[in-house]
Amino acid sequence: MALLTLTDLSVRFQTNDAEVRAVNNVNLTVEQGETLGIVGESGSGKSQLSFAIMGLLARNGRATGSVTFDGQEILNAPKKVLNSIRAEKIAMIFQDPMTSLNPYMRVADQMAEVLVLHKGLSKRDAVTEAVRMLDAVKIPDAKGRVRLYPHEFSGGMRQRVMIAMALLCRPKLLIADEPTTALDVTVQAQIMQLLSDLQRDFGMAMMLITHDLGVVAGACERVAVMYGGRIRETGPVRPIFAEPTLPYTQGLLDAIPRVDQNDEELRAIPGQPPNMSRPPSGCAFQPRCPYARDVCARIDPPLETFASGRARACHAPVAEVLARQMTRHPDTDQTAAHPGALPGQAIPHGAVAGAGAAGTPSTTEGQ
Amino acid sequence: MFAFILRRLAVAIPTLLLLIVFSFVLMHLAPGGPFTGERALPPAVLANLERQYGLNDPLWLQIWNYLYNIVVHFDFGPSFVYPDRTVNQLIAAGFPVTLTYGALSFLAAVIFGVSLGVVAAIWHNSWVDYLAVGISIGAQVLPNFVMAPLLVLVFTLWYRLLPGGGWSFNDPSFWIMPVIALATSYMASIARITRSSMLEVLGSNHIRTARAKGMPEHRVIIRHALKPAMLPVISYLGPVFVSMITGSVVIDIYFSTGGIGKAFVDSALNRDYAVMMGVTILIGTLTILFNLLVDVLYAWIDPKIRY
Repeated sequence: MALLTLTDLSVRFQTNDAEVRAVNNVNLTVEQGETLGIVGESGSGKSQLSFAIMGLLARNGRATGSVTFDGQEILNAPKKVLNSIRAEKIAMIFQDPMTSLNPYMRVADQMAEVLVLHKGLSKRDAVTEAVRMLDAVKIPDAKGRVRLYPHEFSGGMRQRVMIAMALLCRPKLLIADEPTTALDVTVQAQIMQLLSDLQRDFGMAMMLITHDLGVVAGACERVAVMYGGRIRETGPVRPIFAEPTLPYTQGLLDAIPRVDQNDEELRAIPGQPPNMSRPPSGCAFQPRCPYARDVCARIDPPLETFASGRARACHAPVAEVLARQMTRHPDTDQTAAHPGALPGQAIPHGAVAGAGAAGTPSTTEGQ
Repeated sequence: MFAFILRRLAVAIPTLLLLIVFSFVLMHLAPGGPFTGERALPPAVLANLERQYGLNDPLWLQIWNYLYNIVVHFDFGPSFVYPDRTVNQLIAAGFPVTLTYGALSFLAAVIFGVSLGVVAAIWHNSWVDYLAVGISIGAQVLPNFVMAPLLVLVFTLWYRLLPGGGWSFNDPSFWIMPVIALATSYMASIARITRSSMLEVLGSNHIRTARAKGMPEHRVIIRHALKPAMLPVISYLGPVFVSMITGSVVIDIYFSTGGIGKAFVDSALNRDYAVMMGVTILIGTLTILFNLLVDVLYAWIDPKIRY
C-alpha cells in the first residue's frame, strides 16, 4: 500500500470577485521511502497541493477529494487527528527559512517544543535531542548555536535548522516546499545533498516541490509535472528528461540555459501561466502550446498512461512531440548564428503562433 | 542594555531642561498674568505681589531661580493663586488620585482591548469578529465626556448604585465610573490595533510552521503569535499610559475626583505659573520614562533589536 495517496484532490479559494481553482483533481501516490518531485511554474498549484495535504490552507481555501496516509483519511480531518500527524508522521519544510522560523524564539525553544509536544520529553531532554539533530544536519558547534535566534544564522544554516526541526520526530514523509529556492547555488547543492543523505539514513519518503528541474534531476526518482492546477505528466525522472512527451515539459527543459551550446538566447515559454480564477477553456496550456490543435481548446485531455509508469495529459500524439524534440538541436545552432533574433524566435516554430493566440487568459487581471 | 538605559537617562536631562525653558518662556509670553482679574488690583498691591514672586526679575534670572530651587531643594514654588499651598502639596494631593484611577483604567483598557482584538482576529470574519469590532467602534464613538454623564445618569440617578462624584481611597465604588469612562475609548483603540496586528502575524510564515509542527491552535497563538502581535500595541501604550495617569480634565470635572487633570487646566486658565510648570515637568518626565520602557520592552520581545 502506498504511504500517501491523493485521490481527486482539488483546492478552491474563495476570493471577493472570483473562485480560484488552484488544484484540480490531482491523483498521486507516494511510496514508502521514495522521492517524488513535483514541478511547475509559480502559480501552478504545487505549494497549495502540499498545504492541502497538511491541512494548512489559508482560511478561504477549501480542499475536496481524498488524502490517505498509511490508510487513514486525513483530508479535512479534525484538528486533533491532523496535529497528531503533523511533524510526527508528515513533516514539512518551507521555501523561505528566514520567515518560516519564528524570529522571536531561540532555536532551542522552537525545536524543543516539537518533542515536548509529540514525545512528552522534558525540556532539557528535548534540547539535548535538538542539539543531536543539529549535529546531524551538520551545523558546526550545534551545542553553542542552539541558544541563538534564527537571524543569527546564515540562510543555508537556517534551512538546516528548519530541516533538523522537521526531522525531530523521524517522520515517514517529508514535504519540502521549494527548500532551496531562497538559497544561492552552492548552498542549494549542499542542502539537496544533505536532504538525500538524511532521507536515506532515516528511510523516509520525500515529496520535493520545486520549479528547479536541476534539483529534480539530482534528487528524485519520479516526477509529476503540474500546470494550471493539474498534473499533466508523471513518470520516472530519466525518461521524462530525456524524451519529454508533454509540450509543457519540453518547453521547461528548453528554458534551461545551457552554457555549453554557445546559445545566446534565453528560451522562454511564450505567454503567461493561466489565471486560475478564469482558466482557459480546454487544456490550460493550449494558449501557449506550439502543438495546439482545435480539440485542445474544447476538451481538457485526461491523464492517460501511454507507457509503463508514464502518463500524460495531451492531445498531441507522442510521436509528434518526440519528432520535434529530435529536430530541435539544429534549430538551436541556426538561431545562435543570428544574434539579432528575437527571444521568441528561439522557441520551436509553432510556438510563435501559439503566443499570438495566448494573450487572453491572464492579461486582464493579476492573480 | 544597561548602558543603553543609562545613555537614554543622560539624554533625558537636557530634554527636560529644554522643555522647562520653552514652557517657561511661552508661559510668560502669553498675555495676562496670575494677578489679572476682572477688577484690576491697586497698582501698589500689584507691584508688591510681583516683587514677592520675583516677576520683576529678568526672565533668565527667573528661570535660573526656578531651576535652582528644583535641583537643590526639590521645591517647585508656591502656587500663585492659592498662596497658602505649594506646588509640591498640590501635586501630592492630586496625583495619587489620578494615578489610581488612571492605572486602573489602563489595566482595564489593556486587558479588555487586547482580549477583544485577539478574539476578533482568531475568528476573523465570523460573528465573533463582527461583535468585537462593533463593541470597539461603539466604545470609540462614545468619548469620555459623553460616557461620563451617561454613566452618572444610569448608575447614580436611575439605579442609585454608585456615588455620582467625589473620591475616596477606601471605597472602590468611587473608582468604578471614572475608570470606565476613561478606559473605553482607549480600549477600543487597543482592540483595533491588536486585531490588525494579530491578523498580520497569523498570516505569517512562521505561524504556518508552528501549525505544521502539530501544535494546537491555542498554543500557536499564545506561544508564537501573541508576542510579535503585541509590538505595535506596546508602542501605542507608552504615551497612552502617561496621558491616562496624568489625568483627564473631563473625568476630574464630571466626577469631582480632585486629580491633577483639573489642576492643570485651572492653572493654565488662571496663569498659575508655578502649578503649570510643575505639572508640565511631571508629564514630561513620565513621558520620557515610559518611552524608555517601551524601547526596553521592544528589545525584550524582538531579539533583532539590540541597543
